[in-house]
Parts: sequence; structure tokens; C-alpha cells
Amino acid sequence: MKPTRDWLGLRRELPEGRRNVLVVFSFALPLMLWCLVSYVPWIWHPMVRIADPGEVSYFQKEMLIEKKVFAAENRTMREAGLRQAQGSPANPIFLPAPHKVAQALITAFQTPPRLPNEPWLHESLLHSISIIFWGFALSSIIGLPLGILCGTFRAASRLTEPFIEFFRYLPAPAFGALCVAMMGIHDAPKIAIIFIGTFFQQVLVIANTVRKNDPALLEAAQTLGASRRQLIFRVIIPGSITDIYNDMRILLGWAWTYLIVAELIGATSGITYFINQQGRYRNYENVYAAIMMIGVIGLATDLALAWLGNNLFPWKRQGQKSLWETALDYIRPDYVK
Amino acid sequence: MSASVLELPDYRELAPEVAARFDKISERPVILEVRNLNKVFESAEGPRQALKELSFEVRRREFVTVIGPSGCGKSTLIRMLAGLDEQSSGQILLDGREVSGPGPDRGMVFQGYTLFPWLTVKKNVMFGLEIGGHSEAVAESEALQWIEMVGLGSFANAYPNQLSGGMKQRVAIARALANKPRILIMDEPFGALDAQTRCQMQSHLIQIWRQVDVTILFITHDLEEACYLSDRIMVLGSNPGHLMEFIRNPVPRPRSDEQCLSPVFLSVKKKAGGVDPPGPILEPGATAEDSHDPGGG
Repeated sequence: MKPTRDWLGLRRELPEGRRNVLVVFSFALPLMLWCLVSYVPWIWHPMVRIADPGEVSYFQKEMLIEKKVFAAENRTMREAGLRQAQGSPANPIFLPAPHKVAQALITAFQTPPRLPNEPWLHESLLHSISIIFWGFALSSIIGLPLGILCGTFRAASRLTEPFIEFFRYLPAPAFGALCVAMMGIHDAPKIAIIFIGTFFQQVLVIANTVRKNDPALLEAAQTLGASRRQLIFRVIIPGSITDIYNDMRILLGWAWTYLIVAELIGATSGITYFINQQGRYRNYENVYAAIMMIGVIGLATDLALAWLGNNLFPWKRQGQKSLWETALDYIRPDYVK
Repeated sequence: MSASVLELPDYRELAPEVAARFDKISERPVILEVRNLNKVFESAEGPRQALKELSFEVRRREFVTVIGPSGCGKSTLIRMLAGLDEQSSGQILLDGREVSGPGPDRGMVFQGYTLFPWLTVKKNVMFGLEIGGHSEAVAESEALQWIEMVGLGSFANAYPNQLSGGMKQRVAIARALANKPRILIMDEPFGALDAQTRCQMQSHLIQIWRQVDVTILFITHDLEEACYLSDRIMVLGSNPGHLMEFIRNPVPRPRSDEQCLSPVFLSVKKKAGGVDPPGPILEPGATAEDSHDPGGG
């Protein structure tokens, strides 16, 4: 269908230019809202940052005081004929301005940890990535073949899927205490939580994908003389590999959502530890920076996998695509995942 | 049906050269023999007979088309011949040996495109050869010959999604023939193609058939297609599916597009279409064919 210049065309694609404008706006609008709240003094700003404490005994420079308290203290000072405090409107500490967070995205990596045994930010991130990697890898090593097996043989499906169907409703974090008891307080129970969170969904999703494989292809292969083994390795698996690949990308995204809970189990570690510590030090811009890093890593991984998939499966390709074109496709809603 | 404006010859009258051709065919060995074939489906409303006491034989290098309305058991027959379904009773003999299960001795071309989308044209054609135990080099050189034969030499490395419908079916034919099957069974292979492409594919198929020693059983619901292609036309009736008539096609070969308008062609077409009482349900494609009166046109 041809793109339409009508902004409200029903299920119609927009021209390239308009599409890109909207993509930019989808990120720019939340950012603008954030800027508005942060930089325009009469919007929100419920606090006052003290520039000059005057003669209020407990005020200090740079202190954040609620507007009401600030006004009350200054009234007291005025009535007593003492010097009033000076200050400017400010937001609470948990909402740092965009430029602060942008700075923190760099400085957080450069700031050495406060305590000698604490990890740097990049070490925390790497630790988190390794937890995700091992949890997801272990799950896939078992889940992928099992899912293909279930999708291929009814016997395997009837034997395993009913139980898995039941088990997947059990929230993975509920197994935290058990995992710690069995595996100690370090990385093992965290990997186990990611595993539990991923594995059961994975088997079911992949089994379904394999079952969706076109039976006509299977029959065509049979009439060409393929044996059962050849049907599995030459038709069933290659026939569903692209959909399985996309399933895996979505599942990897789910694995990330279990990360924070997993890292809280036993000895807190990784990016969760970093976030908690920075929260304790009230370095909220670092907290925002760390959360954004998770999003950036997740998105970047998925993008890279999308691009890789495009190169791994040439028959799905509509043409050679650069990473950037993959990215543009990716943020279009009609992108088929 | 209104009286024909055109006086049509009897479809049973064979010109001497055509009669001689049928005599020659009848001397050839029987490739496919079907004896008293029955198929009963168990459904919720009780058993339903899809095919009843079907018997016929196809001889070497014969081109037989099967025609009939929906519900006449065409697809059921095909699936049993392919070995994808089992008959309730009766026998299917290929070269005198009973058929059990699918096998490469019966090449299949389906209406739906069944090329493997993850393989290139070449690899698709190589599929059966490699499975049959040929080395990759042998399979590749044979596959390329077949691809050349169906006229897709320059597309050997293309993927199926880069091909048009007609090209896909050419590859499917090449893939089936590469296995050197005893019989090529085609289930409405051109049904999804547009009219022009279908015409091209029909003459292309005849060309291939003339070059290759292969017997063809061709299922269709298009009367013209049946008349144009076949030596004999097997007309099936419905409810339950049964053999109504085996028409010996009197149209001489080689056939051209113009022959589609010759009286003898029209008489076969009329016969093939007319022996069927209008069934309760007609296939969407068949209604259009049935509606224009072959005698009046």
C-alpha cells in the first residue's frame, strides 16, 4: 500500500519524512517534558535551594528546603528583624535535571567506588550481563532442544507441557529463598532465578513456533523420500529457525526483567547493588544513569541480534541492510518481530 | 443446456493417427494400477465414503488428467497415491508393487507452493537427490540440468521468495523430476496462477513431458486444461467419489492454442464438463468454467 499524507490514515503507512519525524518525537517529547519540569522555575519546583542561609540557625548553603518551611522561617526572621535566607526554586533530589543525568552517564563510569571492595559501574554492569548470559544460556541449552522436541513429537509434548504449563505460573522470585538455601548467596541462585523465569516460557513458546511450521513442507519432503531423521534436521528445524530466533530475542528481553529481582537475592550484586548504593548516597543522577544503561544495553543487544538475524537468514532478507537501517526498521511499528 | 449452434463431432470418434497413438500406448507397460480403491472417513456424523471402488491404470509416458467437482475425492486420491493417507481398502500398485507410505518414486507437485523457503532454487532441487544418497557434486550437476530444463538457469541461486508463482511451480516440477520418479503426480499445480501464466506453464509442461520419460497424473478442475494436456481424461463424480468415465482425448498432438477452439476440442470439453450432474458445491474456479456453454461459444 502506498504511504498516505493523511496523518490519521487508517492503518496506512506514512511517508518516510513524517515517519522519521514521529520517531524523533517519540523520544523527544518525554525529554521535553522532563526539561520543562527541570528548567522552568515556575513549573512544579516544590523546594528551595539555599543560596544564603541568612540567620536561620539550621539552614546551610545548597540545602533543599520545602517552600512552606522556607517561607515560615523567613517570616520568623523578618518579624525578629534578623537577616532572611536567600534561595532559588528547586526540584526534589530524586528528580535531577537532564544535563545532570547526562553528565552522570559519563562521570558514573569515571568515579571510583567509595568503598575499597565496591565495584566500578562498568564492573557492576559486566557482572549483571554475565548473570543474564549464564541464566539465558543454561535455559536455552535445555529449553531449545526440549521445545523443538515438544513441537515435533506429540509424545514429548504430552509428557512435559502440562507440567511446564503449571510451573510457569509460579513466579520465579518466589524461589529465591530456596535457591539461596541450595546454592549459596553468590551468583548461582541469581542465575537460577533467570533460568526459572526464562526456561518454562521458552519451552512452550518454541514448541508452539515449531508446531506452526507449514505441514505441507513436511509432506513435500516426505514425497521426496526424506526419512524421519531427515525431516527433523532438514525441514522442521530449518523451517522454524527464523521464528525461533525471534522468539529467543523476545525471551532475552524477558530475562532482563528478572535481573533486578535476581540480583537482590542473596548478596546483592551487579547493577542492582550499584543502584542501591547510589540511592543510599543520594546520588540520584547516578541511579537514573544506571537504569538508562540497562535500557540501552537491552535495546542495543536486540538491535544487534536483529541485524545479525538479517545476515544469518538470507532467505528472509528483503535486501542487504546496514545496522542503521535495521535500527530504523526496528522502531517502526510495522516491524515484524 | 441450449442446443448447440455448432455441430460438434462425437468425442469418441478418433482420427486414425490418434487411434494409432492410443494403440501404441496400450502396448506400453502399466506404471500405476489402482484396484477397487475405497476411502471412508470417520467423522462425528458417522462414516463418510470419499471414494468408492475406484479402479484405473496409467501406462508409461501417458498423460492422464483427473477432473471432477469438489467432493469427488480428487484430493483424497492424490494423498493416497502419494502415500500421505492410507486407503480403507483396495490396492495401489506402482510397477506392480504395492505402495506403502510416501516415497521418491512418485514425484509430487502441489497447488500450494511447497518449495523450502530457506533453500535456494538449486538447493531445493538438490534436496531429493542428496536425501537419496547422491554426493553433493553429483546432486548439484544434476540439479542444474533440471533447472536449465525448466528454463530457470539464471535463478539457480535465488531464494523462492524472489520468484513468481509460475517460477516456483517450475522449480517444484524440477525438484520432483530430479528424483527420476516413475510417475509425476500434480495436484492442481497451476490453480493459483493467473490465466496467462497458466497457459505458459501448460505448454511448458508438455514440452518437458516430451523430453523426459515420465508418466503424468494431473489433477485439475479446469476442463480446458484437461483437454489441452492429456491423453486420457478421468472424470470423477461426487458423493461418494467414483469413476464416471474415462475419455480418450481425440485431439491430435502436437496441440496448439488454436486447437482449444477446434470442434473436436470443444466436444471433449463439453463431454468432460457435461457428464457431471451439477454437484451440490462447486469449487470457486470450477463455477466460472462450467458457466460458459462450450457448445454455444
